[in-house]
Amino acid sequence: MSIAHAVRGEVTIRHLSKSFVLNGKPLPVLRDLNFKIRPGESLAIVGASGSGKTTLLRVLAGLEEADSGEVLIEGKVIRGVGTERAVIFQEPRLLPWLTVIDNVGFGLETQGLSREEARTRARRYVQLVGLQSFENAYPRQLSGGMAQRVGIARALAVQPEILLLDEPLGALDAMTKISMQQELARIWRDEDVTTVLVTHDLEEAIYLADRILILPKDKGGEPRLIEIDLPRPRDRSTPAFVRHREELLNLFGLH
Amino acid sequence: MSFETLNSPLATSFDLPGRNRRPSTLGPWIAGRLGPLVSRYGLIVGFLVLWQISSKLGWVNPTIFPPLDLIIAALWEGISSGALLDDIAISLQRSGLAFASAVAIGIPLGLFMGQIRAVEQALDPLLQFFRQTSALALYPVFILLLGLGEASKVFVIFWATLFPLLLATIGGVKEVDTKLIEMARTYGAGPVTIFRRIVLPASVPAIFVGLRLSATTALLLLIAAEMIGANKGIGFQVMNAQYNFQVPLMFAAILLLALLGLAANAVLVLLQRKLCRWSQINA
Ligand SMILES: Nc1ncnc2c1ncn2[C@@H]1O[C@H](COP(=O)(O)OP(=O)(O)OP(=O)(O)O)[C@@H](O)[C@H]1O
Ligand SMILES: [Mg+2]
Repeated sequence: MSIAHAVRGEVTIRHLSKSFVLNGKPLPVLRDLNFKIRPGESLAIVGASGSGKTTLLRVLAGLEEADSGEVLIEGKVIRGVGTERAVIFQEPRLLPWLTVIDNVGFGLETQGLSREEARTRARRYVQLVGLQSFENAYPRQLSGGMAQRVGIARALAVQPEILLLDEPLGALDAMTKISMQQELARIWRDEDVTTVLVTHDLEEAIYLADRILILPKDKGGEPRLIEIDLPRPRDRSTPAFVRHREELLNLFGLH
Repeated sequence: MSFETLNSPLATSFDLPGRNRRPSTLGPWIAGRLGPLVSRYGLIVGFLVLWQISSKLGWVNPTIFPPLDLIIAALWEGISSGALLDDIAISLQRSGLAFASAVAIGIPLGLFMGQIRAVEQALDPLLQFFRQTSALALYPVFILLLGLGEASKVFVIFWATLFPLLLATIGGVKEVDTKLIEMARTYGAGPVTIFRRIVLPASVPAIFVGLRLSATTALLLLIAAEMIGANKGIGFQVMNAQYNFQVPLMFAAILLLALLGLAANAVLVLLQRKLCRWSQINA
């Protein structure tokens, strides 16, 4: 683990551009993005479908290479994946042949811990997501929400400086989703981690994020960053919360 | 396959509270136990009964389809006198050697080929060609190359068992979910770790399909392999008994092969259940 200094978990995005090739023609997705993610903050990324949210997150994860520009973490340009970052994908991506506890310990094992050491450390995170009675269950014995929680525990267990989440709650039903949002809010508060959350759900963004990055739909538009300075724990029914929602809806031209 | 349909240990290995328990009344209990048995073995029992009756009553020619008791008597006679034991030993040795070689070569080669796209694509047409060419058709070639002795017999069985295993393994590796590999990469897993922790376990179920197919083939091929230039072996006994018109003995040897095939399959299914507790084998 790297030393915890003032900029632990700080991310700088500089002149970042990325296009894909579609039917032989270039398809620009990210155009000259510039912003900073503050250490320890939680940033939500919202935007219309196809606006490049997943692409941006994958570039930050090091799973996708930018065409130009750079991503700096704590002042150093990233090259590919790195263990100071952990990714929570839209699907839980659990290993079906490992039990819950070993899935949670997977990242610890690949980073050099023995299975027993990994289990010991993983146990705390299994508890954190409330699955202690399912430690020895296999993924196929879990519900969708439980599986997603295992994925979250696995990412937290490696104690990343930066947690990247791509619509982690997208596939869940409304009730599970709200309780998971509460859980995430609690985890953000307790763990010292910078988070980048891609979401379709404006309310989720306001509920969880310190700031929201809005990616433009058409590539001529400019990305916008808005601050959510609501006290925590947040309440979805307060006038201030509702105002933020309306502000966002307006930005999307939906009001 | 029918071996997998029942009594998966998985069904009992994970008892959630509130799971349905079997009702304690005796009637439904017997029906509950008997039902699956009947649906599973009913047809084979019916077939055997029909065989016995039609042979006894002369519905079929009993010299060609002798009644079961004669066949079983012939089998018992062969085994208790020790006459068939030698045949069993030599046949198992041939099949076993061939199967073991196919495992030793097919699985590693399949794991390798499945991972490297270029190799797989280059070799695929050749593989498909060999697979379509029946091992039996090549047997004369093997005899020409290796002589009439053990080598050609083992080799023809090896050849026939290699391809199902190789193709199943390649298929298993190619099917591995690339999203899982990507996930592992984000946790710093290198190629060796990815192979050991993802590709290998993910391929095990497919490999077992190949293993079971190969094991069955290894025993079936005995009949052909021991047809020429053999004076021992279960396959030889089938041919020899037929030649000498010892029809019950012929059927006894065929039955023996079937039983060995079932046993091999059962052992592999057990092993698979042990290794793949995580997967719902019967789904
Ligand atoms: N591997 C790829 N090859 C080609 N084009 C791609 C690839 N990945 C994404 N794209 C394109 O890039 C654009 C942005 O995709 P991206 O997945 O980042 O959108 P998104 O904002 O995450 O959308 P959604 O909200 O639907 O998940 C889309 O037009 C998509 O077609
Ligand atoms: Mg997306």
